[in-house]
Amino acid sequence: MDRRDTIKSMLVGSIAGGLILSACQPDADEKKKSGETSDGLYGRTEKEKAHDLKVMGETFFNEHEVATIAVLCDLILPASASAGSAVDAGVPEFISFIARDIQSHQLPLRGGMMWLDHEATKRFTQAFILCSIDQQKQILDTIAYPEDAAPESAQGVKFFTLMRNLVLTGYYTSRMGIDDLGYQGNTPNTWDGVPDTVLAKHGLAYEEEWLAKCIDQEKRAVVAEWDAEGNLVN
Amino acid sequence: MQDKNSSKVYDVIIVGSGAGGGMATKVLSEAGLKVAVVEAGPHFDPADPAQRTQMKWPYESPRRGAGSQRPFGDFDSAYGGWEIDGEPYTRVPGTKFDWFRSHMLGGRTNHWGRISLRFGPNDFKHKSIDGLGDDWPIGYDDVKPYYNKVDKLIGVFGTKENLPNEPDGYFLPPPKPRLHELYFIKGSKKVGVPVIPARMSMLTKKINNDRGVCYYCGQCSRGCSVYADFSAGTCLIFPAQKAGGQIDLYVNSVVREVITNDEGKATGVTYISKDDRKEYSLKGKVVVLAASACSSARILLNSKSKQHPNGLGNSSGMVGKYLHDSTGASRAAFIPALMNRDIYNEDGVGGMHIYTPWWLDNRKLDFPRGYHLEMWGGMGMPSYGFGFNVNDLNKHIGEKVGGYGEQLRADVKKFYGSVVGISGRGECIAREDNYCELDPEVVDEFGIPVLRFNYTWTEHERLQAKHMHNTFEEILDAMGGKILGEKPGKEDDYGLAAPGRIIHEVGTTRMGNDPNKSVTNAYEQLHDANNVFVVDGGPFVSQADKNPTWTILALAWRTSDYIVDQLKKRNI
Repeated sequence: MDRRDTIKSMLVGSIAGGLILSACQPDADEKKKSGETSDGLYGRTEKEKAHDLKVMGETFFNEHEVATIAVLCDLILPASASAGSAVDAGVPEFISFIARDIQSHQLPLRGGMMWLDHEATKRFTQAFILCSIDQQKQILDTIAYPEDAAPESAQGVKFFTLMRNLVLTGYYTSRMGIDDLGYQGNTPNTWDGVPDTVLAKHGLAYEEEWLAKCIDQEKRAVVAEWDAEGNLVN
Repeated sequence: MQDKNSSKVYDVIIVGSGAGGGMATKVLSEAGLKVAVVEAGPHFDPADPAQRTQMKWPYESPRRGAGSQRPFGDFDSAYGGWEIDGEPYTRVPGTKFDWFRSHMLGGRTNHWGRISLRFGPNDFKHKSIDGLGDDWPIGYDDVKPYYNKVDKLIGVFGTKENLPNEPDGYFLPPPKPRLHELYFIKGSKKVGVPVIPARMSMLTKKINNDRGVCYYCGQCSRGCSVYADFSAGTCLIFPAQKAGGQIDLYVNSVVREVITNDEGKATGVTYISKDDRKEYSLKGKVVVLAASACSSARILLNSKSKQHPNGLGNSSGMVGKYLHDSTGASRAAFIPALMNRDIYNEDGVGGMHIYTPWWLDNRKLDFPRGYHLEMWGGMGMPSYGFGFNVNDLNKHIGEKVGGYGEQLRADVKKFYGSVVGISGRGECIAREDNYCELDPEVVDEFGIPVLRFNYTWTEHERLQAKHMHNTFEEILDAMGGKILGEKPGKEDDYGLAAPGRIIHEVGTTRMGNDPNKSVTNAYEQLHDANNVFVVDGGPFVSQADKNPTWTILALAWRTSDYIVDQLKKRNI
């Protein structure tokens, strides 16, 4: 099923829409593996756990809004040759959660989507998600570039900037996004300075005098001892 | 009210379990004393899987680490924040003060920055130098042996630099600078600002067999599951328990007041258990307050009796006075040379590998007292907020801002690790008219009167912040940076952070030789009750341009030795 058909089906009715929505999502095991669901095992206090559960049990966006967010997600970050799209990374679910968790997002997102639909109806006589991709892009082109946007599109610019922020942050904090970025950390290691190739590229070098004071990683497991003057002897 | 352990009389009751309380717990229990530690929050161990946040990925939090629940993000190890439900504080209209509290075993030492600086000789005697504030009743030489002991017990990396007011210690070797830190070193050198290796309490090298060695995840603010950085629980209280100390921990217990007898001496404390909301009492021969500068002042002010009508230790009216926090300001810049970086793991220790101690002579400047510089940047782990305004920096390189689609991926990678920043942290002159007091009308959910703050900056601090910003621009410019945002002007106090925001608040029970002008003596012992001590930041006469923790630890150890000695001599 292609993207536009999926979205059109979502609007048919809540039952059918719900089925299609879940059918198009990765299955639960897959999601757990990708870390997209929270099992509460991230060091929560009892009060925080209760808060998370409460927020997770709430609904804010209606079906049309959910569908609109999904369309925007993949317009903002479609799949690349090597990485999945924002929808593939579970960004719509993240946006749904964060709007319930940080409630100041609610009005700008809800109102912004109405603004977008108004614009789409004015220009193409139908809701944004029912427009063709070309039509959707024509609308986005008027609000995606703050420096070029017409003053009368300012509200749309503000909305789209917020949506782009949430899509980008949702994506790059997902497993898929972190892999796409190439972040190498969050793993035990032994930091031993900037790689030589990088130093060379930047025309930089460690000063000998400075380097002489730094930790010799060969000796990191040796229990420190000092002489009476505070000089490390090992 | 019920007596907890009604038959038991502790040798010492310690209120609070952060840096000061943790050190007192260790030293006093090791001296064989029976100790009760009363902590307002729950037990906390960063190695406990149920509490651990270290090494978690952003997607393990449904809000991706956003600060909507914990102010410094979901993975930060502070249970509390700027505002705590049910435990308010107030401010005198027209004044500002923000108060960060962390209620858990170990307190704020679980998430702090680990910048571990000794005060220098001048820092204890600054009135003698510039006529402002007051001198401490002690000097560097009184504290030096304890700084040495703290260095060796807890571990701090750094280097011997022989700087006059930045005393060297027993250092572990520092980690090598990161790439953006090399840019800082180069840029600073160009404009004559010295840079030296940072001094932080992470173990770059083994210090004993009970604690692990840093594995460079850069997440010290989450607490370390191998105990390779300093927190009061992992480095002081747990080892003291393991050594067989007679320590009873009372957690979720909010101390209301210190109880005194007809002679005005302390006999114990009362506390409210958060578990059943009932009030209990504990008996002790000595009470050591370590609840944080403002919380300890609050307990003293609430400890009113016939003998101490203005609150315990407050015959001078000085409790709560001389409250002061470090000054702070920050600026960031985009470094075009750091675009499109090769990506490798540069997490390093949690925070900076380099820093700049105060380097100028105030006699040649229009403000008193110095500040140090902290530098930040790098290719950190994404968290909520990463990718916001993804390509705004394009305007600095003549490219289009905004858009959507494939291009955004390239923009994210182009700018990853290209923004750096500098923060200044300086000394504020302690003043009697900056204070906390009891709010006459407001109580917290436990019925305890709360604090009301009254704090203002003066031209001293504003002009210092102005100078900080000039320095930031000089250095960032020399690094080839495009400086971000507008330089704050006079109308914005030159970007000076609101009082309290640097979380170095001290001075509320300041020490001194004159009982009319101070709360404690040089051993942090109340002038008004010789079996009550304060070992948090309260007794500081002045905060210096350093971070307070290392001095809190050294003084708490010194005071604990004194308590042991005075008990032996039956003086208290």
